[in-house]
Amino acid sequence: MLLNNYQTEDFFDEMFASDGVVRPHYQRVADRLHLLDESEHRRKQTAVDLAFMRGGVTFTVYNDDQGTERIFPFDLMPRVIPDTEWQRIEKGLIQRITALNLFLHDIYHEQKILKDRVIPPHYILGAKHFRREFMGFNVPKDIYVHICGTDLIRDRDGNYLVLEDNLRCPSGASYMLENRAALKRAFPDLYRNARVKPVDNYAADLRRVLQYVSPPSLGSAQPNVVLMTPGVFNSAYFEHSFLARQMGIPIVEGRDLIVRDARVYMRTTSGLVPVDVIYRRIDDDFLDPTVFRPDSLLGVPGLVHAYRSGNVSLANSIGTGVADDKVVYYFVPKIINYYLGEEPILPNVDTYLASEPQDRVYILENLEKLVVKSANEAGGYGMLMGPWASQEEIASFREQVLANPRNFIAQHPISLSRHPTWSQNETGGAFEGRHVDLRPYILYGEKITVTPGGLTRVALRKGSLVVNSSQGGGSKDTWVLHGDS
Amino acid sequence: MSQSILPTAQKPISNRRDSQVMLSRVANSLYWMSRYIERSENVARLLDVNLQLMLDFANFNDDQLKEHWLPILCSAGDEETFFRLYEKADSESVTEFLTFHEENPNSIISCLFAARENARQVRDQISLEMFETLNECYLFLKSKNARQVWQSGAHEFYEQIKQYSHLFQGLTGSTFTRNEGYEFINLGKFLERADKTTRILDIKYHILLPSVADVGGAVDAAQWQAILRSASALEAYRRFHVEDIFPNKVAEFLIFSTTFPRSIRACMQHLDEDLHRLSGKEHREYKSPEERAFGKLISDLNFITIDEILDSGLHEFLQKIQITLDRLDDHIYQEYLYHPPVDTQAEILLHQQQMQQQQ
Repeated sequence: MLLNNYQTEDFFDEMFASDGVVRPHYQRVADRLHLLDESEHRRKQTAVDLAFMRGGVTFTVYNDDQGTERIFPFDLMPRVIPDTEWQRIEKGLIQRITALNLFLHDIYHEQKILKDRVIPPHYILGAKHFRREFMGFNVPKDIYVHICGTDLIRDRDGNYLVLEDNLRCPSGASYMLENRAALKRAFPDLYRNARVKPVDNYAADLRRVLQYVSPPSLGSAQPNVVLMTPGVFNSAYFEHSFLARQMGIPIVEGRDLIVRDARVYMRTTSGLVPVDVIYRRIDDDFLDPTVFRPDSLLGVPGLVHAYRSGNVSLANSIGTGVADDKVVYYFVPKIINYYLGEEPILPNVDTYLASEPQDRVYILENLEKLVVKSANEAGGYGMLMGPWASQEEIASFREQVLANPRNFIAQHPISLSRHPTWSQNETGGAFEGRHVDLRPYILYGEKITVTPGGLTRVALRKGSLVVNSSQGGGSKDTWVLHGDS
Repeated sequence: MSQSILPTAQKPISNRRDSQVMLSRVANSLYWMSRYIERSENVARLLDVNLQLMLDFANFNDDQLKEHWLPILCSAGDEETFFRLYEKADSESVTEFLTFHEENPNSIISCLFAARENARQVRDQISLEMFETLNECYLFLKSKNARQVWQSGAHEFYEQIKQYSHLFQGLTGSTFTRNEGYEFINLGKFLERADKTTRILDIKYHILLPSVADVGGAVDAAQWQAILRSASALEAYRRFHVEDIFPNKVAEFLIFSTTFPRSIRACMQHLDEDLHRLSGKEHREYKSPEERAFGKLISDLNFITIDEILDSGLHEFLQKIQITLDRLDDHIYQEYLYHPPVDTQAEILLHQQQMQQQQ
């Protein structure tokens, strides 16, 4: 009923093969939604929003002295992925993280990939997040990236492409879990009949990963694992406390920790208690004012020394940021090929490097057609969307690219796939197509686990391609089915 | 190298790896979350009772009003801040100040915002139900609705505040693990409750003295009854003393009752148990001078009589309790919640030296 006038227009639609033709894996959802009317939808939406607000499932809006907390808008209609499709995604993600981990080990040790000229060395050695100080340093079990959130998109033909690897402190896993809980409450019958793979194991899997990488010197003793947050004012604080609660580990701030004799301790009611593994949700730069930014008030003096001495493990390891530099992204297919001798299962988006003379000419000639990105920004910032940009913006990026070509890449805009999403209007509301991406979460411990599904982010504004929560994005529950329909 | 750059000495190292450890910051937040909620409930009850009492004394002039409200102001807040913000102390200004004024750190709204902020800091420690209750209360107070409810009927408003507190405390009892954190929640609750009961009782001391003529009159009886209701004790008192309300009996009941859960003695007994569970000491053994002073006060309550207290001065006696509780609060802070501050510059120097020695 609410889908009767739905139009796929000229996009790849997740649910409809063409107008009125539902893809088989969406059939159950379609059947249920045909029974839904507007007032029932409104009731369910209100109940979900209220539950999020009550439970404090919110993020803090920066630049607002009222300390306003907002919920991350949640769209009731789930995104569905059939099993066969998911298996391919999963394989692709495992392949990618395996290669990236080997790459990180290599560039912090022998640097064979640079010596073999697969990647011009200056790209790596000059990368903002390359940590020269950690050359030759061994991380426990040789795992660098324990938690990874890879952003996937689908092009006009429905092919999955990797848009971005987030190898530092990817966020959003708590929304994946909360969205699932909300959807189960909103559509219990539909959920039960749809045969969806559960996501609830994420926290337990994460805890196992953290325990697995405890310092070798600890032997078989149970490690003290903590989650380190910048604090209650951080926009992702809800997620930090949520994950700590799910794992049953303490959440600490820098001020709760102190380092003595290269060991990290937390300040507890029974004195100083050792800390063995830190799931840190703080970037490298802020970890330790002794080594990185001396003005960091969030970090712990001496932490890096303790880490180097092998007395505490960090997840993710220090220095992983070099592998999600957008210039290095360009080389990931080559990285996969170099270390694994395989072709990438999930291809990249075609990318131009501004520091390569030929590419640079092309970029500068086609700025109004391209998406230009800074190498080290995230969250949709530092980006030029050529076709939608003003002349001033284009001129400004032209100057920036010329001044510092190493810092920029460019891609053709991908018309992301769309998904039926609730759109409220004056006369009521209906489902309309909105662009979506997908961020699955990958955990790397004794084995590599990909939680089935992940976080589907949706650009709620009509026509918008920006899915970030800070810029008008919302999210959906993501279902991976046990079968293909 | 000068001594001054050496980092401050820290607390001793323990090698616990049993997942039951509790950060001092977390314990501190649990303690204050609990104290603030108890405080807001007491202020709500005090205001509710006295606003209703005023309905019977509509003919009070400005001086009488001030005489009535000033002691209440003193017991629940800060007189100085009040007169910086308001000209006269009457029903409206005092209740507004103690309910909504964010510049008053002890107003209901300030207490509950602070309680919720503390709860957010320890979101991972408390149950979802506890957080949701407190968060709902916060969202209610943040909405325009709160003031509307208050203006259209203050009683409903205070009732609502009390219910949030009751719900929260009930949920703490039914959903919070009995671990160290529970002791800190209890310490906060009972310390605050004991302190507030002394202050509620002390109000009458202020009221009673100026107009001796009213003693035993209608105003007096109503006010003593109001004292009991401010401590939620009227019905309990009536069941205990099936007779008229006598000032000395009221004081006796609120100080000595071993069965009424808001009496000073009952609160102190709870505190005593919690302190022992925390310190691991045997019954009647105390850890510090502050704990010993507290233990001595409990003993006193076992032997002293209400007549002796009234002879030597109720106000002085209540003050002594308040001071002992204050010192106990300070002791809990020093012993469990406080760690010496970290001097970041000194720490940086120390660790830089250690790293250089390694290389």
